[in-house]
Amino acid sequence: MDRKIRVLIAKPGLDGHDRGAKVVARAYRDAGMEVIYTGLHQTPEQIVEAALQEDVDVVGLSILSGAHNTLVPKVLALLEKEGMSNVLVVLGGIVPDEDAKALMASGVSAVFGPGTETREIVEFTRRHVKIS
Amino acid sequence: MTELADGIRRGERRALARALSFAESGSAEGREILRELGSPEKAADVVGITGAPGVGKSTLVDLLSRAFAARGRKVAVLAVDPSSPFSGGALLGDRIRMDSPDPEVFIRSLSTRGQQGGLSRAVASAIRLLEAFGKDLILVETVGAGQSEVEIMAHADITAVVLVPGLGDDIQANKAGILEIGDVFIVNKSDRPGADLVVRELRMMLSLAPKDVERPPIVKTVASEGLGVGEVAETLLKLLAAPTMLARREERRRRGGEAQLREALSRQVLERISSRQAFRDAVGRVTEGGADPESEAEDLLDRLAYGGGRESEGGMSP
Repeated sequence: MDRKIRVLIAKPGLDGHDRGAKVVARAYRDAGMEVIYTGLHQTPEQIVEAALQEDVDVVGLSILSGAHNTLVPKVLALLEKEGMSNVLVVLGGIVPDEDAKALMASGVSAVFGPGTETREIVEFTRRHVKIS
Repeated sequence: MTELADGIRRGERRALARALSFAESGSAEGREILRELGSPEKAADVVGITGAPGVGKSTLVDLLSRAFAARGRKVAVLAVDPSSPFSGGALLGDRIRMDSPDPEVFIRSLSTRGQQGGLSRAVASAIRLLEAFGKDLILVETVGAGQSEVEIMAHADITAVVLVPGLGDDIQANKAGILEIGDVFIVNKSDRPGADLVVRELRMMLSLAPKDVERPPIVKTVASEGLGVGEVAETLLKLLAAPTMLARREERRRRGGEAQLREALSRQVLERISSRQAFRDAVGRVTEGGADPESEAEDLLDRLAYGGGRESEGGMSP
């Protein structure tokens, strides 16, 4: 009668490269979590609505388009509006260091760049997720 | 927990989502919420959609949910995917096909969680929560394979089976046991060669049923282009509105109740027995000593479950 960690993996914006997102989704699954994968080209509104309906503990965003500074704050704001600011938000993709710093200051828990081991992502998530 | 129950009655999506998680994990909180909500004023129509992987279930469900919503129905989707037997994790990908979901349609992914009957319980509870929330049409999408299928369908008023051309001969369809559970048959991807053959074979096989049983309708679709989806929606609504539906719903409640009782019983028996030393001893005899699992199981049941007080070591109480 366990409460499983539920993760939403989403790709906001226009880039069509979802290999990284799929690899991370698979790693979470193999770690025993339930992963809801939403596919490509999601708007922040769609992502947060899916996160709400699925009652996830983690939202993983994969962005390779460079639009992270517009998309991520939108997702964070919408999560807060829905009363879901306790959800762990992690970001993967190509994000310059200074952007990563700013995003983490505004509520993203981690930014995983290219070459990050999936094990590291899984462990970070396990350690920081708040199961309520 | 009262808070969540109130939230659901007020139509708060977040409260519903939280309660679904509790119900899914089979926790005491989940049971309490269900108790508080009581029976719904009006039962929802529950439609099962099943078929082999890749036949287009998610795409159809996406289109159907919007078609029903456009007809004024309050729609929810329960999308069921198998969990990994190794890690217990699951990749729930049904939302991918639901690319521009209507925000009024509440979609929830459920995993089978690898446990016997666990899904059946989760689906039954989820349906009750969605009904309390005010949903009046619930689509349950499942992978068409194995026992969990039959279990879940015990909770549906009607079941649509999705087929595609090219999956093998009529014997395959017979073998899969889908003929018995279908109230409607959908031949999807019917722009492909062989679609008419599938329809003909289906009709032939269905005609072998007893004469007094009404023949289930067969609808051809090309879901990727939206073709035939309106007809499926109308067909389903017609079946749901049929005068015989009342009796069927009553039958569903009965079957569902019995399925849940059986599931709870087998789960609880296993939980109690597997926590005891005698069970661990038997595991040792089976794995190391080559003992026969069937006889060991019988022996354990005789000694622990039926005998009740005969073995007085601790552990029977949780």
